[in-house]
Amino acid sequence: MALFEAQHLHKRFGDQVVLEEINLSFEAGQLSGIMGPNGAGKTTCFNLLTGLYKPDRGQITFGTENITGLPPHTIAQKGIARSFQIINLFDEYSVLENVVIALPRVRDHGFTCHRALTNDSETADRAANVLAQVGLAGREHENAADLSYGDRRALEIALAIAAEPRLLFLDEPTSGVGTEGTARLTELIESLKERYTIVIIEHDMRFLFEVADRISVIHWGQVIAEGTPDELRTNKWVQASNLGKLV
Amino acid sequence: MTPTTDGGRLITGPMLILFAALVTLPFWVQSVGLYQYLGVEVAIWMIYALGFNLLLGYGGLPSFGHGAFLGVGAYAFGLAQFHVLENLWVGLLAAILVGIVAGGIVGLFLAHRRGIYFALLTVAFGQVFWFVSLKWFSVTGGEDGLLGIPRPSADFGLVEFDLSSNLSLYYFTLAVLMIVVVALWRLVHSPFGKVVRAIKQNETRASFLGYNVRLYKWAVFTLSATTAALAGGLFAMAQQSAFPDVMNLVSSGTIVMMVLIGGGFVSFWGPVIGVTVFFVARDVIGSITETWLLWFGLMFMLSVLFKPEGVAGLWQDSSGESPA
Repeated sequence: MALFEAQHLHKRFGDQVVLEEINLSFEAGQLSGIMGPNGAGKTTCFNLLTGLYKPDRGQITFGTENITGLPPHTIAQKGIARSFQIINLFDEYSVLENVVIALPRVRDHGFTCHRALTNDSETADRAANVLAQVGLAGREHENAADLSYGDRRALEIALAIAAEPRLLFLDEPTSGVGTEGTARLTELIESLKERYTIVIIEHDMRFLFEVADRISVIHWGQVIAEGTPDELRTNKWVQASNLGKLV
Repeated sequence: MTPTTDGGRLITGPMLILFAALVTLPFWVQSVGLYQYLGVEVAIWMIYALGFNLLLGYGGLPSFGHGAFLGVGAYAFGLAQFHVLENLWVGLLAAILVGIVAGGIVGLFLAHRRGIYFALLTVAFGQVFWFVSLKWFSVTGGEDGLLGIPRPSADFGLVEFDLSSNLSLYYFTLAVLMIVVVALWRLVHSPFGKVVRAIKQNETRASFLGYNVRLYKWAVFTLSATTAALAGGLFAMAQQSAFPDVMNLVSSGTIVMMVLIGGGFVSFWGPVIGVTVFFVARDVIGSITETWLLWFGLMFMLSVLFKPEGVAGLWQDSSGESPA
């Protein structure tokens, strides 16, 4: 049984249908990819899956639970974390504080008022451990706003994995990073793949075909093809779309 | 997150300096040309401003109607004295409880708003409270307000302090201020305080990390309103009256100016500095010219234009300290 399933999802904005009859299924332990050209509806789909938008029709299940229409914070509490295409950090906080806020042990005691968070060395250790995983060890006390773009991208992922998710959604993780940055992210995601079930939305086909176990192709608001990278290379629908040239 | 930072301590150096200055205030205040009662006013407004900054500086939620809660606390204290029991603790408890209820109800309407919509709603609610205080004559006394509110003594069981003199009231108010300072310092460095600051920086991200943003915003608004109501209870004691003026738009704007000029956005101590600057401006510039508020307004404008981080920001620039 799939860890996460979306069935018959439909979303429209005004009179424009953005997604129609979207069916997606992500298996535990796999890295699944969602790809498609600009304007295909990938980001809207991602936002539906993670709770930013409510679908007009359809159902989303996580494990055995129906999570359709639940607010983002409830979905996150159930073990789904996400990163963002446009970097979304706490810029007044240090690198370490960013990760601390993302830890479930802090979230679960978020209304605690009587003890100082600064005295909790175990929390700091856990956050430092997450930072080491994304290659930001030793940068704990730098301001998040002062990091380079590539390091901010790594911190963006650190926040998502700090939440100790059962399912990790990464929204265009290579967006805006150069060749060197993409190589670093490929290495990072390969290492994360061993520990998390991951779904990546991505426009960089080469990157996605390198890391993904299965890929769903969205075009014209619909899933036009699904399969392993090798299967998709020969898929007639992918070839017929302008994506064929890229894969 | 380093254990050596001030955030982990319950009592800090700046706190001790502030407390030492305020404890000794009655001994030197007259020698600098000021008067005893000023200390009472300053302590009450510091409580109010520190609570307000929890909302503005830490939560990033601009309220322009917070005077409503100061007034609500003042009326609750007075009405409790007149109609329940003439007792200090009953009065202060009434102010706090009414602050929780009023803040909690208003907060329900505000917690899902941000930016200009949040600000405008606070103005609207502030005006509603002010209007009710003016028109509900049988309860609030209308434009005259509640007059002759008693100052009950502070009864601790074994020992009782008479608060009828301004000096004894000052020390009582100062004790409350000290408790508020320590409690809020701990609060802003607790997980709750850190989450509230995170929500101020990035609501969307906080939500996707599993934080119920509306609930946190509601909680911080209610806490801030409750602190204002506590200050209002003390205000009613000090003035021995409660009246609608403290709830009007000008009064609500004054607390915003105090906090911003002091540097509430960059420092826990910003509101304390801002209140001091305001009262010094009122009483020192006010002794020279009746147009002191014009000069204070100009100071505020200069601060917004050239140093939005206020006096605390200037201090941090010159000392190289990082924001606290």
